[in-house]
Amino acid sequence: MENPEETKKTLPRWAVVTAFVVLLGFLGILGWGLKNAQQGPVKVGQPVPVFNLTTFDGQVVSTSDLKGKVIVVNFWASWCKPCEQEAAELEEAWQSYRESDQVYFFGVDYVDTETQAKKYIEKFNITYPNGPDLRTSISQLFRITGVPETYVIDKNGNLANAKIGPYESLAEIKQMIDPLISE
Amino acid sequence: MLTNLGFGSLVITFALSLYGIFAAIYGERKNLYRFVESARWAMLLTFPMITLVTLCIIGLLVTQHYEVQYVYNVTSQSMPLYLKITALWGGQSGSLVFWAWLMSAFASAVTLRKWNRDRDFLPWVIVVCLVTLAFFLSMIILFENPFQRFWSTSGGQQIVAMFQPAGSQLIIPADGRGLNPLLRHPGMVIHPPMLYLGFVSFVIPFAFGIAALITGRKDDRWIRLTRRWTLVAWMFLSIGLVLGSRWAYDVLGWGGYWAWDPVENAAFMPWLTGTAFLHSVMIQEKRGLFKRWNMILVILTYSLVIFGTFLTRSGVLSSVHAFAQSAIGPMFFAFIGITFLVSLALLIKRWNDLNSEGQMNSLLSRESLFLVNNLLFMGVLAVVFWGTVFPLISELFTGQKVTVSAPFYERSTGPLFAGLLLLMGIAPLSAWGHSTWKTLGKAMWKPGLLSLLVLIAMVISGIRSFGALLGLWLTSFVIFVTLYEFWRGMIARHRRSGENYFTALIRLAARNRRRYGGYVIHLSIVLMAIGIIGIESFQTQTQAKLIPGESLQLAGYTVTYESLAEFDVQDGRNVARAVLNVSKNGKNLGELYPRRDYFYDSQQPMTIPGVRSTIEDDLYVILVNWEEISTNGATFKVFHNPLVNWLWFGGILLIFGSFIAAWPDPEKGLQLESITKSRQSAVSSSISAD
Amino acid sequence: MSQEKFAFHLDKNFTIGTIFLIFFILFVSTTMVFAQNGTPPTDNEVNAIAKDLYCPVCENTPLDVCPTVACAQWRDMIREKLTAGWSKEQISQYFVDQYGDRVLAEPPKRGFNWLVYVLPPIFFLGGCILVYKNLRKFKNQKPGVDSGNMDKNDPYMQEVEEALQLMNRKDQGN
Repeated sequence: MENPEETKKTLPRWAVVTAFVVLLGFLGILGWGLKNAQQGPVKVGQPVPVFNLTTFDGQVVSTSDLKGKVIVVNFWASWCKPCEQEAAELEEAWQSYRESDQVYFFGVDYVDTETQAKKYIEKFNITYPNGPDLRTSISQLFRITGVPETYVIDKNGNLANAKIGPYESLAEIKQMIDPLISE
Repeated sequence: MLTNLGFGSLVITFALSLYGIFAAIYGERKNLYRFVESARWAMLLTFPMITLVTLCIIGLLVTQHYEVQYVYNVTSQSMPLYLKITALWGGQSGSLVFWAWLMSAFASAVTLRKWNRDRDFLPWVIVVCLVTLAFFLSMIILFENPFQRFWSTSGGQQIVAMFQPAGSQLIIPADGRGLNPLLRHPGMVIHPPMLYLGFVSFVIPFAFGIAALITGRKDDRWIRLTRRWTLVAWMFLSIGLVLGSRWAYDVLGWGGYWAWDPVENAAFMPWLTGTAFLHSVMIQEKRGLFKRWNMILVILTYSLVIFGTFLTRSGVLSSVHAFAQSAIGPMFFAFIGITFLVSLALLIKRWNDLNSEGQMNSLLSRESLFLVNNLLFMGVLAVVFWGTVFPLISELFTGQKVTVSAPFYERSTGPLFAGLLLLMGIAPLSAWGHSTWKTLGKAMWKPGLLSLLVLIAMVISGIRSFGALLGLWLTSFVIFVTLYEFWRGMIARHRRSGENYFTALIRLAARNRRRYGGYVIHLSIVLMAIGIIGIESFQTQTQAKLIPGESLQLAGYTVTYESLAEFDVQDGRNVARAVLNVSKNGKNLGELYPRRDYFYDSQQPMTIPGVRSTIEDDLYVILVNWEEISTNGATFKVFHNPLVNWLWFGGILLIFGSFIAAWPDPEKGLQLESITKSRQSAVSSSISAD
Repeated sequence: MSQEKFAFHLDKNFTIGTIFLIFFILFVSTTMVFAQNGTPPTDNEVNAIAKDLYCPVCENTPLDVCPTVACAQWRDMIREKLTAGWSKEQISQYFVDQYGDRVLAEPPKRGFNWLVYVLPPIFFLGGCILVYKNLRKFKNQKPGVDSGNMDKNDPYMQEVEEALQLMNRKDQGN
C-alpha cells in the first residue's frame, strides 16, 4: 500500500531492510524446521540425554542412575500389531540378562491407554520396567518415526545402535547387546 | 523401452528449457530478436515433449509394468482402467510430471498469442515460465524419477535405479501396491488437476508482473494482458478447493468438509491473495492507483503457490494429505528463497517508478472499499499463514508439538469474513472516484430494508445464535443488493431500448461480462456462505449402539437399523455395509447404506457415510463399529447438517460466473485495446519527457 | 465430588505418591459413582468430550471422528474416566499430561504460545494503520473525478467515460 500524496518519495531504507530481515528470518526458521524434519532418528555414537521413565507401578527410573550399564529402550504401544511379534523375544532377552545386572531394559509405551497397555503387558508376561511416554517427551528425544523401535545405549551413555521395526528373533536382539557388555 | 523413451524426453525437455532461458536473455541483452524467437519456439516445444513423457508414464501404468517403481507404488491389477490412468497424479513423482505438463501447456498457450505490441515482455515471460518449469523438471530428473526400475544385483541385493547396473537382473513383481484408497474417489480424481491448474495458471500473471518490473514499464498493460489468466487461475483454484471439500465430506467420514489442515490451508492461501489481487487490479485499471501493491500481491501469490507445494511435499509439516518425506524439500526451499528474494529486489528497485497516477478522493469510493477488502483478505491470510506454520515454529523453540485447528481459525477469521460479506454488499453500489453517504444510502436502502425483514423473520423462527443471525443477515443483504443491481440494469436497458425484460437482462450481462459475471460469482460465494453458516451453526449429532429393529432420533428424523452384511469385493476390499431405514414424521424416506471398506493391499480402513441430501439439510450416517455376528448391535453416528448443499450449488454457480466474466468478447476487446493504446502512448510520452 | 482435590495435585506436582493415591481413590470412587447413578455414560457424553480433544498420533483429527483402533481405545478411556466421575477439565488435563499439548485444539495460552494469538492481530492492526493513513488524506479534498451514477449501466458510456478520464489525467500529468 502506498501513499499517493508522497508518490515521489523514495522507499525508506529501514523499510527495505526490515522487509529483507523479516523474510530471511522466516526462511531461516523454515530451513531449520526442514533440517529437523529431515534429520531422522538420533545418530549412532552420539550421547543420549538423561531421561526419566515413570513406570506403571509408579516407580521413577532415571538413566542417570544406570551409568555403566547397557540400556535397551523399546518403544511400543498396545494398538501396534508388529509390536506383538517381538514382545515375547524381548522378554526372553531380558530374562537372560537380568542376572548379570549388566543390561537394563526400558519399555516405553508410546501414546496408549493405561488399561490396554496393562492388558498387553499381562498378555506377554513382560517383567522389565514399562511406563507411559508422558507428554511424548522420550519419543521426541529419540525422534522416533513409529513403533516398534528399539535403541541400545552403551555403557558410556552413547547410542550404540537402533532398530526400526520389530526384531525378527532373539538372536538378533542378543547380537545388538552382547558386544556392548564385554566392552 | 517406454522407460527409456520417457526419461530421454524428460532430459531433452530440461535441456530445451535451459536453452530457452539463455536464448531469451541473450537475445534481449544483445537486441537479437531471432534469439528471443528461438526461445519462444523452445518453450512451445516443451509442451509436446512433456506430453510424450506423460504418455509414457500412462502407458506404463496401463500396461502394468510393475518393475517400474512408480507403477508398483500406485497401481494394482484390481484397479479399474480410469484409476490406472489417473494414478498419474496419485504419487509424488507422477504428480510432479503432471504439474510440469500443465505448466508447459499454459506457458505454450501464452506464447501463441500475438506479441506485436508487447515484444519487450516476451523474453522475460519466457524466462520466468521456463525457470519454473526447469526447476520442476530438475526435481523430477534428480530426485523423483518416475521411470526408475527394480533391479536385483549379482550380490542378491534389490536396488532401484534408472539404468541397468552391471550384472543385474530386472525384478518384475506380480502385482503392485495399489493406489491409496482415500484417493480412489471420483472427487479425488479431478480435485488435484483443478488445484494444479489453478496453481500453474497463477504463474502467468506473475511472469508478466516480473516482466513489467524488469522492463520498467509502469503502465497497467501487464494487468490487462493477464486479467483472464488470473480469473481462470482463480476459478480453477476455487473449483479445486470446493472439490477437495466435497471429497472430505464424502470420504473422510467425519461429518465435515474443511479441517483447516496444513495442506488445505496451503491451497487456500494463494486463493486469498489471488482474490485480493482480482479486486485490487481493478483499482489500477480504473484509477491508476496501487501499482506497487498489485506487484506485491502477485509476487505473494506465486510464492504461496510454491510454498504450498513445498509444504505438501517436503515432509516439513505432517498432514493427512502429505506425500511421503522426500529429498526435494531442501531444493524447494532454496527455490522459494531465491525467487522471493529476487522478486522483492526487483520490486524495490522499481519502487519509485511505480507511483500512483491519481489520488483517492473519497472514503466511500469503490477504490477505498476495495482497499478495505484487501486489508481483510490480508488479515485472513495472516491468520491462516501463522496458524499453519506455528506448530512448526513452536516445536523448534519449545520442543512441544501443538495443534492449531478449527476453533482457532474459525474464531479469528469469522469477523473478517463477516466484514468481507458486508463489503460485498456495499462496494458494488459505490462509484469509482467519489461516493457519499447520500448516494450510497440511496442505492442501499431498499435491499437493506428487505434484508432486515429477513433478519426479523429469522429471529421469529427461533434462531438465536448471534453468529448465524449476523451471517445470514449479511448474506441476504448481499443477495438483495446483487439482484437489485441486475434489476436496475435490466429496467434501464428495457426503457432505453424497448427490449423485453429477459432479452434486456441477457444483453446487459453480455455487454458487460466482467461486471455481471463478477456479480454472479458474488452470488455463488454467498450461497457457499449460507452452506457454511448452516453446517457450522446448526450441525447436530448423536451416536448410539443399535440392535436390528431399534432406532434413534435426530432433528425429526428416525433412523432404524435393519441389517448388516460383511463381504469381500472383487477389487480387493472387505466391505461391512449396514442397511438403515430413514423416516420423518412417519413418512418413509428410503434407505441409507453407511459402510466401512477395508483395503487388503494397503491395510487401510475407510469410512464411507450414508448420506441423504436435500436442499434443506443432509442426514449423514457413519458406521462406527459393529459386532462380528450381525444379529448383535452396531454403533452409528448420525449428523444433521442443515443447508450444506448450498455450498456445492455455490461451487457450480461460481464456475458459471467465472465463465461469464472471462469469456473473450471480440467487440469489447477492441474497445479495451483502444483505451490501453491511448493510455500506453500517454505513458510512453511521459517517459520520453523524463 | 471427592476426587477433584486429588486431581488438582495431579496438575501441580506429578509425583508417584499422588498418582498412587489417585488410582486408589479412583478405584474406590468408581464403585461409588456407579452406586450413585448407576448408568454408564452414553456415547454422546463421550463424544462431547472427545470432540475437543485431538488424536495424539494422527494429524488434525478430533478424537470423536477418528476411525483408527487407537482412537477407539482413547474413547474407551474417556468413558472409563467419565464412569469414574471425572469432569471434562480433568479428563482434558489427563490427556495433556499423558500425550502433551498437541491433544488440545489450540495451544494453551502461556509462554511462547502467546505468539499464535498475538501476532495476527498485530499484523492486522498494522494493516489498518496503513490503510487509515492512506484514506485520511482525502477527507478534505474536493471530489476530483466523479464518474457518477448516471449511465452506469451502459457499458459503452462507461468505456467512453473511462477513456475521457484517461485523457484528463494525461493532460494533468504533462
